[in-house]
Amino acid sequence: MTTDGVTPLVDLRRIVKRFPGVLANDGVDFTVLPGEIHALLGENGAGKTTLMNILYGLYQPDEGEVHFRGQPVRLGSPRDAIRLGIGMVHQHFMLVPPLTVAENVVLGTQPAGDLLVDLTGAKKRTLELSERYALPVDPLAEVWQLSVGEQQRVEIIKALYRGAEVLILDEPTSVLTPQEIEGLAGVLRRMAEEGKAVVFISHKLREVMAVSHRVTVLRDGRVAATLATVDTSEAKLASLMVGREVLWRVAKEPRQGGESVLIVRGLEAVGDNGLLALKGVSFEVGQGECLGVAGVSGNGQRELAEAISGLRRVRAGQIQMAGQDVTGDSPAQRIAAGLAYVPEERKRIGSIAEFSISDNAILESHATTFSRGGVLNQKAIDAYVDKLVSDYDVKTPNTANPARTLSGGNLQKLILGRELSRAPRLLIAAQPTRGLDVGATEYIHQQLMAARAGGTGILLISEDLDEILALSDRVMVLFEGRIAGTLRSDQADIKTLGLMMGGARVEVPGT
Amino acid sequence: MRFLGLRVEKRQTIPPLLRALAPVLTAALALAASGLLIRLAGGDPIESLRMIAVGAFGNVQNLGETLVKASALIIVGLGMIVAFRSQVANIGGEGQLILGAIAGTWVGLRFADLSPLLLFPLVVVAAFAAGGAWGAIAGWLKARLQLNEVIVTIMLNYLAIYTLNWLVRGPMRAPGLAGGFPQSEAIEQALWWPRLAGTRLHIGVILAVFLCLAVSFILYKTPWGYRMRAVGANPEAARFGGINVGRTLVLAMVLSGGLAGIAGAGEIFGLHHRLLDGISSGYGYTGIVVALLAKLNPFATILTSVFFAGLAVGMEAMQRSLGTPFALIASIQGLVVLLMLLSDVLVGYRLRRV
Repeated sequence: MTTDGVTPLVDLRRIVKRFPGVLANDGVDFTVLPGEIHALLGENGAGKTTLMNILYGLYQPDEGEVHFRGQPVRLGSPRDAIRLGIGMVHQHFMLVPPLTVAENVVLGTQPAGDLLVDLTGAKKRTLELSERYALPVDPLAEVWQLSVGEQQRVEIIKALYRGAEVLILDEPTSVLTPQEIEGLAGVLRRMAEEGKAVVFISHKLREVMAVSHRVTVLRDGRVAATLATVDTSEAKLASLMVGREVLWRVAKEPRQGGESVLIVRGLEAVGDNGLLALKGVSFEVGQGECLGVAGVSGNGQRELAEAISGLRRVRAGQIQMAGQDVTGDSPAQRIAAGLAYVPEERKRIGSIAEFSISDNAILESHATTFSRGGVLNQKAIDAYVDKLVSDYDVKTPNTANPARTLSGGNLQKLILGRELSRAPRLLIAAQPTRGLDVGATEYIHQQLMAARAGGTGILLISEDLDEILALSDRVMVLFEGRIAGTLRSDQADIKTLGLMMGGARVEVPGT
Repeated sequence: MRFLGLRVEKRQTIPPLLRALAPVLTAALALAASGLLIRLAGGDPIESLRMIAVGAFGNVQNLGETLVKASALIIVGLGMIVAFRSQVANIGGEGQLILGAIAGTWVGLRFADLSPLLLFPLVVVAAFAAGGAWGAIAGWLKARLQLNEVIVTIMLNYLAIYTLNWLVRGPMRAPGLAGGFPQSEAIEQALWWPRLAGTRLHIGVILAVFLCLAVSFILYKTPWGYRMRAVGANPEAARFGGINVGRTLVLAMVLSGGLAGIAGAGEIFGLHHRLLDGISSGYGYTGIVVALLAKLNPFATILTSVFFAGLAVGMEAMQRSLGTPFALIASIQGLVVLLMLLSDVLVGYRLRRV
């Protein structure tokens, strides 16, 4: 697809946006044509989200112009953008959980004079859009009951209901399973066929290659290149994005044998919805072994991690850590027994946003390693934090800054560093690289493998099958709270795993 | 938002000078607005404001009066800082203060023979324990049964107030007093907290400064303080990090209530020298205001407490000498709080030409 002869729907010219100490966008040119899926690719902090927030009216550019259908426009607020037909689905959804899907869809679109919401009409319109774009969702379901993938569909329907001609999706796939990603791609293609335009922000090369027509790569606030997708490759995009050649495979040393650091027997636990989420799970993780846990989101992975780390009560079964029964123990006792945990929700559970980086680094060890006579040993803390930040490559101007100032990748490096620096016997890593850029992902993988080589047993829970296959010694698939099967990773392939994730029993010899 | 060719825009960072100046400017603005109110009520604003200033800070005696009130506010406010930092809304300062006053009085009457040097720490510890226990009830109910601490502490306030009413009319009532004032026997004069000559300013003010240092040390330099701040900032992350959230909540409420209790003892041993009805004069609530306006910073609480104490004392003086109605005074105080809260938000924005 070329720009010749077609008036772009959106034309951003020489956009400059400064934040204190950061030049987020530095003269960015960006066009979106009708009927195209345009990927905006770049590492975290490259300026993708800033640029799209400008297009959506959330930020005003310091310099540069925004043109829409050939006309210069001023976007003072999202209201202006919506009026022009620009819709955005944010990374963190903006839905009201207690309201139904239909109510969420029409929320804020009614004239202020109307007292009653036309719910029948809302339901009808929601259904129409849902069918037309193959976005299956129940208009009468309440949003809090929906899975993340379903919530995303509601967001898309909401944007379409408001008449979006240009739809911006910020990291839409980071919360989806492989199947859901396929579904989303279909929806986007349908929209493009109708002449609408889609901009999707991503740093996942494979999806960009599979879905988009054109790609714009941002690096350090500037456009590194705008290319037709057919003319490029994953490797090319990766080097444009990072600015150097990227190492693709992690070196995995052959495993040294050893005793089990985690033994789980007949584990049952109840999920947040009150239903049994783990229905008798038994497995072991050996010293220096990485056991990957694969599965479609919501099949018990979260409950498994929480039950082992002591955050969720166990209904039945037994958990042994380094030879010690910890089934009824508190998180503190498990930490003392050698547990480390890198949780899936690194902002909500893994760190304290308003605490300094330094305070976050001593979360588990403030009372033990870093207290003397009831007083925090600031000198020891400072020395430890400085070493942690440099050993784990956490980029920050000052460790006294609050943790919320860290980018996702740097925050994850901090958490991983904090957990690994206690030399744990067992590490649970849940979605350790979700939402991270290529550089940070590569780094985290290397650190995990270094810990494994040092004898730490790793329970790696991930929805990224490539990650699991690259790092694990064995892969265990969870389906509806049970183990669907366990394979040696050198005998596993994505197709077999995919079948098991869908509930098929696969017999594999030699496991 | 646009207005007169100007646009309101969120600031990315707030210049420190502005941050520091904002409360001062707001206070000035609030006083100007109060002047307008006084004017509308038919008074002379300049004279009235002068009267407030003189009444609050004009001479040693008045200054002493302001600092007496301020020290009680500081101590209660420090307790509020501990609670609110741990994300517990302690509305029970009134009750905890009263419990501290009761316990302190009891110790003072029971151990009247003790040397004042020994009695002083004993009173402080007893008042802390009583206020702390009162706070612990709410903390425990929240930690264990998820009962809302706002409701529980308010109810405990009533319980404390009526317990006090009963005590000074019943078991602790001074037997000799004719006319039957509802109050206890007086504490031995030797045990009164020493005052600065010519004022009512007692050593509670030194205690307040000391406690301010202690609270900030506990919060920022000890593992207990770390845990309270962690639980307050993100209870789930705290639990994940191996912190016992429930125990930390109870500890925060013990500290918070205990501090209010010490303020209660100060009211008895520094001012009234006996237990009587209505000893608190709303410190439990104003303590929340001074702590929140100080952004839960122990040292800033000294400033906000002195400001509020000065306002209260100065207004009383104005009321006495100019006959300003109480309703007007109450409105002015409300106006000041409102404007300060507003400035706190508005500092985050700036005006720009469109």
